[in-house]
Amino acid sequence: MKFIDEFRDGRIAASVARSIHGEVMAGRTYHIMEFCGGHTHAIARYGLPELLPASIRLVHGPGCPVCVLPISRIDAALALARDARVMLCTYADVMRVPASRRQSLLTAKAAGADIVMVYSVRDALSVARAHPEREVVFFAIGFETTTPPTAAAILEAERTGLKNFSVICNHVLTPSAIQSLLDSPEVRRVGGVRIDGFIGPSHVSTVIGSRPYEFFATEYEKPVVIAGFEPLDVLQAVWMLVRQINEGRCEVENQFTRAVTREGNRKAQALVGQVFELARTFEWRGLGEVPYSALRIQGRYARFDAERRFGLAIKSVPDHKGCECGAILRGLKQPQECRLFGTACVPDNPLGSCMVSSEGACAAHYAYGRYRRDVVPLQHASRSAS
Amino acid sequence: MCLALPMRVERILPDELAVVEMGGVQKTVSLALVDGVAEGDYVIVHVGFALTRLDAVEAHKTLALFAQIAQATGEGGGGEA
Ligand code: SF4
Repeated sequence: MKFIDEFRDGRIAASVARSIHGEVMAGRTYHIMEFCGGHTHAIARYGLPELLPASIRLVHGPGCPVCVLPISRIDAALALARDARVMLCTYADVMRVPASRRQSLLTAKAAGADIVMVYSVRDALSVARAHPEREVVFFAIGFETTTPPTAAAILEAERTGLKNFSVICNHVLTPSAIQSLLDSPEVRRVGGVRIDGFIGPSHVSTVIGSRPYEFFATEYEKPVVIAGFEPLDVLQAVWMLVRQINEGRCEVENQFTRAVTREGNRKAQALVGQVFELARTFEWRGLGEVPYSALRIQGRYARFDAERRFGLAIKSVPDHKGCECGAILRGLKQPQECRLFGTACVPDNPLGSCMVSSEGACAAHYAYGRYRRDVVPLQHASRSAS
Repeated sequence: MCLALPMRVERILPDELAVVEMGGVQKTVSLALVDGVAEGDYVIVHVGFALTRLDAVEAHKTLALFAQIAQATGEGGGGEA
């Protein structure tokens, strides 16, 4: 596949890895946090840590939108789904996120609630058009990549006079999450989490551009390299970060120039600005309440806001006692350090949110890390015909 | 959730829609988030929407850089990039 296979060439990967081995300084360690579920997945899938020097530690951050979704929001969706008028639509990954009392949208669906799995918010609009007698509610999650589609859908619903469509908005903001992480006492405390640099998200950055990260480079003195999702992209970004760290530079560099500019996608930004505004606070799994870290639907589109339309109550609930998702999302622990990992908690029956999506740290480690048998070997581009 | 892939625009349809193709699979996506997309362009598709156009010139620059790295580390020829 064009613009995919070329970036999975195993021979080049070996070369870039060799350059990284040549670049690292003896006696020094490099803690690099990747912030995006897509990177977590790519790193596990292609076994990239094995190619890298032992002195490079890749740390997962809270970049998987399913993993940071708190129980309270799913509980609210479950309560709404029990209303016989309502058809609840959402992305597949949300279905298995564990909520209170070991319930999930999937168990509610099995018990008869009308819950529809959709690939796109456009499908939710189609469901609403096909069922004018029902209330179709889209449970929207995601970072800056899925927010513009939700905005476009709300505007389309308004334009076409669709009256039975509304949205539970769980859209969160990447820069706020990074900031909350850098401000957290664990990261500030010497000996806590160490982060020497960030691999910046791929597709979030296509929308917001590279500019928002400049703040981290100057204010927190952390280098950032925005990287694509393919294994060569990630390796090159690691190399660029190692160089910045060695040279004491803290800059925002862009490895993913084929899709990311400094300004980002202005049209998508404008649509988001038209429909959404900053929410004063939002609860994140693992990070707790983070001020100004999410979006809510503006007052003039209130009728599309399911929280207002149905007066939803969002009540904070503690996570499963043994679950270490909170520590994992903050880079404090690795999945294997959770007692429940691979025993009580497996992808088919997740206890915590990090085990749900294939981009979650626990699910990625389970699929590719535990026995390492599923790791996809990098091949020569001309031979990989997938 | 975050996965998004480059796909080739085969046909522009009315209502800001387009047919895109990848690895022999075609689907219809929305172009509501990007201006000026033409047939033959590559776009990065996520949850049924084109998020951005893929800049082929920049892609080739990155690949050329990889070829250089391979050469410098003694991996031989620059490949076909
Ligand atoms: S293994 Fe399961 S219970 Fe443990 S941290 Fe991961 S998601 Fe939570």
